Formats: sequence, structure tokens, C-alpha cells
Amino acid sequence: MKKIRFLILRRFIQLGILVTFFVCNYYAINFFNGNLNSSKVFWIIPMSDPLSIAQIFISGAISGIAIGSEAVIGLFVVLIIYGVFFGRGYCAFVCPMNMITDFANFLRRIFEFNTNKKLNISRKSKYGVLILSLVLSFILAVPAFDLISPISMLHRGIVFGMGFGIFGVLSVFLFDLFFVKNGFCGYICPLGATYSLIGKYSLLRVKHNKDKCTKCNKCIIICPEPQVLDLIGKRSGSINKIDCMKCARCIEVCDDNALKYGIFDFKNMRSKK
Amino acid sequence: MQEINKNRRNAILKTAQGIGIFAFSGLIWGAYVSKAKASSFSLRPPGAKEESEFLKLCIKCGRCVTFCPFDTLKLATPEDDVPTGTPYFTPRKIPCYMCVDVPCVPVCPTNALDEKLLNIVENDKEMMDIRNAKMGVAVVDIESCVAYWGIQCDACYRACPLIDEAIKLEYKQNDRTNKHSYLLPVVDSTKCTGCGLCEHACITKKAAIMVLPRDKALGSVDINYIKGWDKSDEARLNQTDKIAPKNSDDTNSVIDYLNSGDL
Ligand code: SF4
Ligand code: SF4
Ligand code: SF4
Ligand code: SF4
Ligand code: SF4
Repeated sequence: MKKIRFLILRRFIQLGILVTFFVCNYYAINFFNGNLNSSKVFWIIPMSDPLSIAQIFISGAISGIAIGSEAVIGLFVVLIIYGVFFGRGYCAFVCPMNMITDFANFLRRIFEFNTNKKLNISRKSKYGVLILSLVLSFILAVPAFDLISPISMLHRGIVFGMGFGIFGVLSVFLFDLFFVKNGFCGYICPLGATYSLIGKYSLLRVKHNKDKCTKCNKCIIICPEPQVLDLIGKRSGSINKIDCMKCARCIEVCDDNALKYGIFDFKNMRSKK
Repeated sequence: MQEINKNRRNAILKTAQGIGIFAFSGLIWGAYVSKAKASSFSLRPPGAKEESEFLKLCIKCGRCVTFCPFDTLKLATPEDDVPTGTPYFTPRKIPCYMCVDVPCVPVCPTNALDEKLLNIVENDKEMMDIRNAKMGVAVVDIESCVAYWGIQCDACYRACPLIDEAIKLEYKQNDRTNKHSYLLPVVDSTKCTGCGLCEHACITKKAAIMVLPRDKALGSVDINYIKGWDKSDEARLNQTDKIAPKNSDDTNSVIDYLNSGDL
């Protein structure tokens, strides 16, 4: 149980959000409305997906189309929540795609396939996809990633009806399962990239204590973004690389209590990205 | 030395490969998006901005869908002929019942559905009037409409919330029987909201009256034709100064061209 306590918490939050959206949509209750692209939660708090707003802004910016104020306020709410507190925690605690990719990883562990990655791409390419989605939104004057995002297909599908959106979700699952470990979130997803950038100075961090570490490498094996754990066994401090999703898998698997949740330590910013 | 060259060569190759992959996926992605954007034959909720602006603004949150009490609206999934995630409706299945309070519009967070497009001023107060909605326009196929055959049917006419405004019955003698008259449904496209209640009610197998997007079904006349007998149409003449001439030749040379020696 101790080994999956945060995992259970995350699933509880992820599913809870989806179920609440679904029920409130079905019965048209004002408590939680919309979906993860844009919503109004607890009756009054607007929230908007920062990448969607960025695309809307860029595709309409040329002709000076005004975005409704509610969506813009929602953007600032999200920027504060994730920018100040949780950083890329969105990916681990909210994004429903996380359940799909974690499931693919789970199958990978069970069946022990360790296909070497066949595509020679870098983990930075998700930032490239982010730029590409903004450039395409600008050129085509329509939010480009929003039209193909398998993440929205998934949460929109769960709340409003899936249709063939399931193909988008399945393709992510198969990509992660057979092609690249953590392929979608680690290499492609521009939304994860957005939250990483927003959360550069966010407070919630995973902290490492070098003196307790026995260099068993369990954390690095489980981590969906293992390159952020470059400090393991080398020095103590918080994980400052922005790709960390704060998923706490590393904390759970560590038998030596060398990792725990903590606060960004601003003194030790050497290893920021 | 050779080692360094090889490393550099590899680095360059890797960068080129990266750029290549991005260009490749960018092109496919862009092609898909422009196709999706172009193929939209969609009927939007009331108050929707003009289609290209609507597509820019709609964040695909589905709040309009949630608040429609008749389940009229649906968010498009990839198999629909509508850009994925955006709201639309299919009148033959469920039309828009033209709620007086228009619950679907004010909830839109991005103003893709814009209250202003529906507003009228009444007692110095701005309020939404669903009769201003322009979701589409009803078009009658006179070949399959049985009223045009001479059979009595006014299902669409009766179903219309703007009866005798948006849809009227035109009487015409039926020369075939010489005893009956035709009662022909005729749509006034300036009044029709595109709610689709007529299409929903139509008694033929596939509806003989159907709602189409306005930009697909309606033409438009340039100001070289003006209804001189209609004061309101003459107002269009004021647009002349807003229209740029088609070519940039100065006006005098155009007026004087007959006088020039070349002819
Ligand atoms: S990287 Fe993208 S898909 Fe993965 S969890 Fe984050 S937002 Fe979701
Ligand atoms: S470092 Fe730990 S919390 Fe961060 S992504 Fe890796 S496993 Fe998750
Ligand atoms: S006006 Fe009423 S019936 Fe029509 S789309 Fe809006 S909520 Fe639905
Ligand atoms: S409420 Fe507005 S932004 Fe949301 S789906 Fe409807 S039209 Fe789009
Ligand atoms: S309901 Fe259909 S068949 Fe009947 S008059 Fe109207 S369009 Fe014609």
C-alpha cells in the first residue's frame, strides 16, 4: 500500500474530476461545467487550458478578435495554480491521458518488453511540437493542436461522447506500448511542455537526500522522465528540471526514504533547465 | 581529427533528421487541419460568430451542449463532417427549439457564441432575442416536396416558430385538376433562423425542406444592382466608399480611356 499511496491519490483525483464533469454535464448541474479545455468549477471559478488559449489567441490575433473575458480569467487562474504551486503536476494528477500511458507502461513491465526506442528523437522535441502547434495555429488561423489533440478527444469523449475519438486515444496507447516508452508524454505532448514551462518556478518539488540514497536506481527505472533525476546519488536538493511531473512514483518506489515531496529550494538552482 | 569530424557529421545529420521529422509531421498536421477547417458544413448554435471566427474562438468546452435543455447540440467527434470538438446540431434528429432565454449562449467562455449578435433593445434594455439567430437557412426542394405536387401538406409551415414570417404559404391554382390550389411553402431567408423545426417536421422520407449553412445556401448581390424602389436597399450605396477599386489605376485614366489616342 505504501508503495502506491500517491498513485491511488492521483487516480482518485483524475477519475474524480472526470466523473464530476460527466455527472454535472449529464444533469446540467452548475457545480462543475465544461471539460479540461475550459470549465467553470465550484460554481464560479473559471479555468482554461493555457495551450488552447494560446492557440486561440494566436489564430485570432491577426484580425484582432477579442476572446471572452471568462476564458481569459480562467487562464490566469490556471497560471497561478500551476505556475506557483504544482508545475507539471497537471500531467500526473489531472490529465486523463496519464492513465492510458501509465497502463501502457504497466503492460510493458508485466510482459517485460523493453523495445529500444526506434525513433531517434530527443525529449526536447515536445517543446518543438509546442512551437509547431503555435506556428500552425498562426498560419492556418485556427487552433491547430486542439483539432487533433488526443487528450481532448479523451476527456471530451468521456464527458460528451467518444465516437471515433477513441482512435486518437488508442494510437497514443499503442505508441507508448510498442514504440517508445513514455513516448507521448515524454516526447510529443505540447500540453505537458506548456505546463513544464509554466511551472519553472513552481513550489512543489521532489527532494532528494543523497546521504540516504543507496543508488539502487529504482527511481530512475520507474520515472517517466528519467533525465530529471540526474542528481540521484550525487547531491541533495530539489529536482529543478521542469520536465518532472511530480507524480511521486520515485518517492514511492524508494526503499530508503531518499526522496520526498518538498518545496523548491531556490538556493540550489544550478540544475534548472 | 577524423573522430571529431565524424562526431560533427553525426551531429549535423541528427539535427537535419530532427528538422526533417518536424517538417514532415508539420505538413501532414497542417494538411489535416486545413482540410478539417474547409470541410465544415456545420450548423452552429444560435449566436455563433461567422464560421471562420467561430472556429478560431471555440475552445470546445461543451458548455453550450450541457445547457441546451433539448439535447440539440453535440460536440463533433472525428467521424462527423464538422471540425472535431466543436458544437453543431442535426435538425432532422433534434432541431433547435428556440428557447426564449437562450441558455446555450451566455455560458460560452470565449464569446464564440456572442450575445451581442442576438441582442435587441427593449425598454432601453439590451436583451437577447432568439429570433435574431442565424444558424442556417431552410431551403425547399420543390421536386420532393409533396405540396408542390398538389397534395396538401403544411407540416413545415405549422412547425415554424416564426409562422407566416420565416415561412409562408403561397397559393396558386392547380391547373391539373382545376379544382384545387397549391399551398406552397416558401421561406423568407431574411427571417429564417435556421432552427430546423421545419426539417424535423417534414413528412417525406428524407426531408424536402432542409437547413443549410447560410454562407453555403445564399447568394449576395454587389452594389451594381440596387433596388431603387426600396429605400432600405439604397442604404447599401453608402458602402461604395468602403470598397476599394479592383485595380489601382487612377480613376481619371479609367474615365478618360476613350479619349486617349490608343483607341
Ligand atoms: S504530457 Fe501531455 S498527455 Fe502526458 S500527462 Fe502531460 S498533458 Fe497529459
Ligand atoms: S522525478 Fe519522480 S516525481 Fe518527477 S517525474 Fe520522475 S518519478 Fe515522477
Ligand atoms: S436555443 Fe435552446 S434549443 Fe436552441 S440550441 Fe440553444 S438551448 Fe438548445
Ligand atoms: S460554449 Fe462556446 S467555446 Fe464552449 S463549445 Fe460551445 S461554442 Fe465552443
Ligand atoms: S413538410 Fe415537407 S413535404 Fe410538407 S410542405 Fe413542408 S417541405 Fe413540403
